[in-house]
Amino acid sequence: MSITFKEQARQGIWDNNIVLSQRLALCPLLAVTGTATNGLGMGLTTTGVLMASGVAVSLLRNVVPQDVRIPSFILIIATIVTLVDMALNAWMHELYKVLGLFISLIVTNCSLLGRAEAFASKNSVRQSAIDGMMIGLGFTLVLVVLGAVREIIGSGTLFANASLLLGDLFSFLTITIIPDYKGFLLFILPPGGFIALGFLIAGKHYLEEYMKNRTAASKNTPVVFDRIAPSGAD
Amino acid sequence: MSRRASLLKAVKEKPLYPAILLGLLSLLAAGLLGGGNLSTHEEIKRRLEEDLRISIAQVVPEDLHDNNLIQSSFIMNGPGGQPTVIYQGMRNGKITAVAYSVIVYGYSGKINTIMAVDPEGKILGVRVLSHTETPGLGDKIEASKSDWVLGFSGLSLDTPPAEQWAVKKDGGHFDQFSGATITPRAVVKAVKSGLEFFQNNKDKLLTPVTEQIAGSSS
Repeated sequence: MSITFKEQARQGIWDNNIVLSQRLALCPLLAVTGTATNGLGMGLTTTGVLMASGVAVSLLRNVVPQDVRIPSFILIIATIVTLVDMALNAWMHELYKVLGLFISLIVTNCSLLGRAEAFASKNSVRQSAIDGMMIGLGFTLVLVVLGAVREIIGSGTLFANASLLLGDLFSFLTITIIPDYKGFLLFILPPGGFIALGFLIAGKHYLEEYMKNRTAASKNTPVVFDRIAPSGAD
Repeated sequence: MSRRASLLKAVKEKPLYPAILLGLLSLLAAGLLGGGNLSTHEEIKRRLEEDLRISIAQVVPEDLHDNNLIQSSFIMNGPGGQPTVIYQGMRNGKITAVAYSVIVYGYSGKINTIMAVDPEGKILGVRVLSHTETPGLGDKIEASKSDWVLGFSGLSLDTPPAEQWAVKKDGGHFDQFSGATITPRAVVKAVKSGLEFFQNNKDKLLTPVTEQIAGSSS
């Protein structure tokens, strides 16, 4: 197993990002990203579950036979999610009321079974934990960015209710970007999430294309100054 | 090591192995969940009770009662016909407020309201606890978004008269919101049915729960 920490981080957060590249987990994404705080809470919760399920699946990878691996993995994931659900309800009740149903729906988040099947069942415990963390951080990043965009355009604030999630110490995070803003309903509702997500994915493509052209250009300089045609791959 | 590996392989090929493994995993999961439930359910109960106390405190003013409303409560068939918890606010042994929830269907699902009435049938307060109405249009029924819902305080079944218990669009007394008529109409209906419920069950609602237990078997 030669995959390095750096490579895993790059894969999970950028190259193989669960939302931007694999287009998975869109349902919780669109449902909870009305504010950046909710996105952060959901992202961190999912990251925790991804890491725990990665470790558990990896520990059991040699004893679980091929034929029953899917029910075993689902059982493991469902147990972890239910434990997290109870813990949040008891000790982070305010956040629980906001995220509510979507915590138990983490079970059906396809990224979990996907990573258990594609990575944790074939790799060491340490690497599975790192993989879960990186995939989770990639998911969290998208949730927070999307939540921030929707919150600013939709209600004119940023990180509203941050103290519910992180404690009163972090209430300074809450910023009113546009005072006396009447709000833009479309961006609070799911269609606004779809629109913002579309722009995010387009932005990622544009950035990748730009980077590719720049590296290609730097190889050819200083002789060629022509504009480099976009590659055929879309 | 290789002997252990080959032994494991032999065991794994037994037809019963997957069944036993799944059984063991399920037992483990059940144990973990049981433990999790044991260590959180007290705390969760406390949190839910806190939530309930906060929502009751919104409609029953603090200085009207000196008892714990959650403890002096009983269950009876409420305004919609389904079993509803009735909370009695008492001060110096006399009932000063009766609080209960009323559920109606709005534009997109249940609207869960709580209201409190004084012994004369005058509204002490109405709040919407949860709803799934359109954000930005129908959510003006929340006290944090608009003071519309505060306008019910002090009203009763005869002020305004019964036929005025409707939104203005239906010829009644209450404002609707621009772009949303169904939602406020549903809330007005909920409050009216809550008042009628009080009117029809006055005797039972105004009997302290301690005396009810002595009198009946429930």
